[in-house]
Amino acid sequence: MQETLERNGLLLIIVILITIAVGGLVQIVPLHTIENTIEKVEGMRPYTPLELKGRGIYVREGCYLCHSQMIRPFRDEVERYGHYSLAAESMYDHPFQWGSKRTGPDLARVGGKYSNAWHSAHIADPRSVVPESIMPGYPFMVGRELSTTGLQAEMEVLRVVGVPYTDDMIANAMADLQAQANPDMGDAEAMAGRYPKAGAGDFDGDPSKITEMDALVAYLQVLGTMVDTTSYQVGPDGR
Amino acid sequence: MTSASLASSASTDTPNYHDDLIKKFVIAAMFWGIAGFLAGDFIAWQLAFPVLNLDLEWTTFGRLRPLHTSAVIFAFGGNILIGSSLYIVQRTSRVSLFGGAFLGNFIFWGYQLFIVLAATGYLLGITQGKEYAEPEWYVDLWITIVWVVYLLVFAGTVMTRKESHIYVANWFLLAFIITIAMLHLGNNPAVPAIFFGGEFTKSYIVWSGVQDAMTQWWYGHNAVGFFLTAGFLGMMYYFVPKQAERPVYSYRLSVIHFWALTFLYIWAGPHHLHYTALPDWVQTLGMTFSVMLWMPSWGGMINGVMTLGGAWHKLRTDPVLRFLVASVGFYGMSTFEGPLMSIKAVNSLSHYTDWTIGHVHSGALGWNALISFGAIYYLVPKLWNRERLYSLRMVGMHFWIATIGIVLYITSMWVSGIMQGLMWRTYDSLGFLQYSFIETVEAMHPYYIIRATGGLLFVLGALLMAYNLWKTAKGEIRDEAPIGLDVPASAR
Repeated sequence: MQETLERNGLLLIIVILITIAVGGLVQIVPLHTIENTIEKVEGMRPYTPLELKGRGIYVREGCYLCHSQMIRPFRDEVERYGHYSLAAESMYDHPFQWGSKRTGPDLARVGGKYSNAWHSAHIADPRSVVPESIMPGYPFMVGRELSTTGLQAEMEVLRVVGVPYTDDMIANAMADLQAQANPDMGDAEAMAGRYPKAGAGDFDGDPSKITEMDALVAYLQVLGTMVDTTSYQVGPDGR
Repeated sequence: MTSASLASSASTDTPNYHDDLIKKFVIAAMFWGIAGFLAGDFIAWQLAFPVLNLDLEWTTFGRLRPLHTSAVIFAFGGNILIGSSLYIVQRTSRVSLFGGAFLGNFIFWGYQLFIVLAATGYLLGITQGKEYAEPEWYVDLWITIVWVVYLLVFAGTVMTRKESHIYVANWFLLAFIITIAMLHLGNNPAVPAIFFGGEFTKSYIVWSGVQDAMTQWWYGHNAVGFFLTAGFLGMMYYFVPKQAERPVYSYRLSVIHFWALTFLYIWAGPHHLHYTALPDWVQTLGMTFSVMLWMPSWGGMINGVMTLGGAWHKLRTDPVLRFLVASVGFYGMSTFEGPLMSIKAVNSLSHYTDWTIGHVHSGALGWNALISFGAIYYLVPKLWNRERLYSLRMVGMHFWIATIGIVLYITSMWVSGIMQGLMWRTYDSLGFLQYSFIETVEAMHPYYIIRATGGLLFVLGALLMAYNLWKTAKGEIRDEAPIGLDVPASAR
């Protein structure tokens, strides 16, 4: 067998291809077909336009390189960060941001734990609120107007890959973004109707414009808050 | 077979090997290598002294870290891998490069363009947000084209060979090229926003959440398995026997560990996702195969080290061989540590900590970089047609500077990683968590300084190497006492 392969390049390539394909097929394909891979939970919704833009900044700045968004089911992690993360909670995350390193703490449930003012101050100058912090400062986000170019296009793309954005949501994207960042500028109620429990407010303390800081803080504040974990019951199959 | 095919490559009817092309890859590897090491050491200092983030958007850790990882893996590692593979495949097939200088140059310049597009994107914040797969869709498409041409040239050279058998190094190199193509295509399908009138540089990956996580680490772990392992094993199977002037220890072992490695490695990805929301059955499969992977990994190490049988004395006088052998030693160490860390109970402690970073660097610095250095030291006098390197003593010095740097790096990360993992789970006598998160960050400070110092040594070693190679290329030979003889130059 080896003798034949060593003399026939094309055959060697084909056999290598088969050999390397098996593991991935066995491990990945069933994750798309087995139904209980993702738990049935209530409360998951697409990100609001403002949160989506904030998530874009989170990805752009490489926050995932130091912060995980995946709480493991250990006593110390659950006490430190909250209920362990469910697969359902990142079902609309393209890409996933579970991370692989905790140079800083896990952020899977950071939403609602700190005030908007704390986040704004912390992101702009981490050591102003946590003196021992080694996080980079992001002063350039303060007051920098949020670019909304391509907002609707991005929501359309996400709909193509499986996020349930409705026509209504896409049509009102700009209005919802403004209403969430500054309830005086739009119809926050209509926004919350499309995105249940979405918090509206002036996230960065500067009502004059919508900034990158507004978007990033809005995103951080929604993390881990969509699903009511106190009502989540582990099924007989352990999920 | 092995010694025969190696010996015959020196026969009289030598084909016209495209060595000018290999020269370019070697120069590019040194250039990107030093850039990547510098970027890595800079971000290491950032973790010790955050003021070095400079409060600018282009210089934060989050943007520089992908620059570092891509520069060392894909720019340094990629250039020396592609360059040495094209050197090896011509000689072990006893035939000139398929596609000739034109396709060869297309691969070279196409690959450099990929590096520049990716790197400038990171600094500007253009990223997919997937570790080790950060480049956006248009860069992904470009590298796909370049890679297919690379496969064509490499496989074409193998298929037009004048040798009856395909040499073992080429099995590994083929597996590396094919698997990287598969992983790249599987992990990166994305819908660009510009299809709907959005921004050119933005796209969304089609996978989400748990499926994206699994696909990402199927890719991520096998980038380690096939880019950083199979590819570099291909290098080992050529340069170690060449430099030691000994045949490969065991042909049988090379067959067994080749097929075992290619089959088993693909399954190991889920060990990056232990105790996450990934279903348990996949985690268990990943752990099981990761532990099994220890055997073929050590098969390769044993085959490499035992090739020195009967030639061990050469280590005393040949610092280039020292690089090659030490790299195989580090390979053995990190492929023992890997399976250990993939065991769920161990992983519950090590995951999310610096232990992982230390583990990666024992492989990346100890195995990948040292064997690359050895290969480059071997190649440069041959490619530039020089009698020998400018200075062997400098090679010896480089070896010790780099090795001490690596040891500082790995040991400091073991201590900080295990310490932080333990601090996170420590309870006080009243049943409360003993440490706040920020206290565990503070405790890392001295180890971050030691690590960055180790990294600095590694950079200095590479600079010394660049100087040595520069002088070699110019054709100079340093007046120095030969290594291994304790005779001062003045007494000769």
